[in-house]
Amino acid sequence: MKKILALVLAMVMTLALVACGSKTETAPASSGSESAAAPAASGKTGSVYWLNFKPESDDALQQIAKLYKEKKGVDVKVVTAASGTYSQTLTAEMDKSNPPTLYVVGNANSVRDWSDYALDLTGTPIANELNTDAYNLYDENGKLVSIGYCFECYGIIVNPDLIEKAGHSMDELKNFEGLKAVAEDIHANASTLGFDAFSSCDMDSSSSWRFTGHMVNLVYYYQERDGGSKWTECPPTLTDDYVENYKNLYDLCINNSLTDPTALATGGHDAEAEFKAGKAAFFVNGSWEFGAVSETIPNATMIPYYCGVAGEEKAGLNCGTENCWAINSKASAEDQQATMDFLVWLVTDPEASRIAVDSFGAMPYKNAQESTNKFLAAADAYAANGCYVMDWATNYQPGVDDYRAALVSALNAYNADQSAANWETVKTAMIDGWAVQYKAQNG
Amino acid sequence: MRRGGCDRHQVCEKKELVLLSKKISGGNSTRRQTRKWSWLFMGPVVAAFAIGFVWPFIQGIYLSFCKFRLIRDAQFIGFGNYLTALQDQTFRSAFWYTAGFAIVSLVLINVLAFAVAYALTQGIRGSNLYRTVFFMPNLIGGIVLGYIWSMIFDGILHRYGTSIVENQTWGFWGLVILVCWQQIGYMMIIYIAGLQAVPEELHEAAKIDGASKWQTLFKVTIPNVMPSITICTFLSLTNGFKLFDQNLALTGGMPIVIQPDGSSVKTTEMLALNIYSTFYNSNAKYPGVAQAKAVLFFILVAGLGLAQLAYTRKREVQQ
Repeated sequence: MKKILALVLAMVMTLALVACGSKTETAPASSGSESAAAPAASGKTGSVYWLNFKPESDDALQQIAKLYKEKKGVDVKVVTAASGTYSQTLTAEMDKSNPPTLYVVGNANSVRDWSDYALDLTGTPIANELNTDAYNLYDENGKLVSIGYCFECYGIIVNPDLIEKAGHSMDELKNFEGLKAVAEDIHANASTLGFDAFSSCDMDSSSSWRFTGHMVNLVYYYQERDGGSKWTECPPTLTDDYVENYKNLYDLCINNSLTDPTALATGGHDAEAEFKAGKAAFFVNGSWEFGAVSETIPNATMIPYYCGVAGEEKAGLNCGTENCWAINSKASAEDQQATMDFLVWLVTDPEASRIAVDSFGAMPYKNAQESTNKFLAAADAYAANGCYVMDWATNYQPGVDDYRAALVSALNAYNADQSAANWETVKTAMIDGWAVQYKAQNG
Repeated sequence: MRRGGCDRHQVCEKKELVLLSKKISGGNSTRRQTRKWSWLFMGPVVAAFAIGFVWPFIQGIYLSFCKFRLIRDAQFIGFGNYLTALQDQTFRSAFWYTAGFAIVSLVLINVLAFAVAYALTQGIRGSNLYRTVFFMPNLIGGIVLGYIWSMIFDGILHRYGTSIVENQTWGFWGLVILVCWQQIGYMMIIYIAGLQAVPEELHEAAKIDGASKWQTLFKVTIPNVMPSITICTFLSLTNGFKLFDQNLALTGGMPIVIQPDGSSVKTTEMLALNIYSTFYNSNAKYPGVAQAKAVLFFILVAGLGLAQLAYTRKREVQQ
């Protein structure tokens, strides 16, 4: 009996080992089904493996992959990294025997990290389909590492109906003074109106990026503009010229909000749901919210970060992208070709590009479908009226995770006690922290 | 008779010797057969151990001397990663924080687990139900526990205008409470097993000798449950040092102290979380530094664990 038991145990162990050693490719954080996962069987036809970093686009991408398989017969595997884990997932996946052939390199940090694993896209068929090179990312040697596949904008989303209900007009929202007057009035009368000015400004990881990644862009952008040219690499230091402007807008948001500033540190409030439910007139966020917001507020629009900078009546929205495709230079030639073919098809096929545009917002390609996103339309309208576009200088944040974490911590202390000393700490984290992270990154 | 008896005795001896030699030769044959097939039984275990532990461990040590973004492209650079790791202020800070946490949690978990185990072996009604209830938190994952407890703590701390991620002291004690809540039940089970194994005669003897309850506890019970204490202190010490997911979910290293020069230190970051953060730092040289930190971390935990085992084992008594 013991012998049989021992034999069974030995067989179980052997089977377990065989299972461990098999070539099953399991995505660590896939949020959707895979349309196809088989690598090129013959060695002649390549396949595509797209490591996506936008969880909200996963369904659309699975649909596109399925469509491509139906139309062209080529396998496209789409794996989506769980929210906030793209860097970890990419590192793990790239080390596997079947690494992603298509992945996202969306900012200066990523270009430095992944340039060695990215194909130079200069003059390639997909690069020739672009209608602008504004969203392309190059490394220090001038290699085109990644190209934008969609662009986005962020600012302050507004519910015009609530502004009017509060006795104001959208025309008042042309600068910081106007925004402040409207927001403070709504907040003061929140109990009678039944809604407040700003939705919650939580500082947990699901929300803090709105302030430490996006709103802080105004500090960088205006400095960049003062420099006279667009940044092409991360500056070693920052000036504090526009920190007070950030404070103006930040204070307005947290002090005229549904949630008390002292209750923001660990989050737990759903700013999007609050805005959609008509509980707040303003919502700090971006164009990717259009789909969700337009379900209940079809006429929602977006205004720039008015923060008290001179001449800001001519400010536009913050436009840019972190959605840039890179093709794995270490993939086989067949897979690289298959990936290139897939991308060209995606931005030219009417059906596929419709699905992609509806999910992403807008795609900067000559033959892609037009966007239906009203927030992006608002960005275009500002630009058409001669307003300046605030580009995403925030993409150059050095040591982005540590930098933002320090800023969040300083803002938490400030939210709990809005003293001058605590604001000094925020300033230190924002300005001196940049220099420290730059040094750590480049040292 | 004597001669005959003697003969019979000699015959008996011879028979016994024959039987013994047969037994021995039979035993050898069984052993030989066992040896012949031992690879079948040992092989999978050895292979699993080699694939799952030995090889990654060796590779990990090698990578600690390398610069790499992907493991397959590692470049040997010597001891540079170790120097960077040892000069890293955040690593030193995480070490002291972890050491403090491990000591406090070690004491609290073991004292409370022993107290609960002692109470539940006194024959009180419903003790089985209590054992189950106390053990259950151990079945919940660390990440889930971290988020649940952050909500509980913040529900209370918000009344006082603060939060678990805004105050280092609250962060420390919050983590201690969480870990105690999770691990006391587990250690309690080990202590109950130890307490139940103490012979009743020893207690009776102590009672007859006129020992008080405290004397019985310290002079009879505790020396006899030293094997359980050895295991529990080893587990809670190493768990304390290795803690990761609860740390990540409860505070994530917050609050961060911003130094006047702009540098920052995560005040509730423990060693494992520090290694993780270092690995995914955007600077390409940091995965190797994180690997070096991990090797130092292994040496530390293994050294402390073995030292503690040697210390407590000396105090175990033989029944």
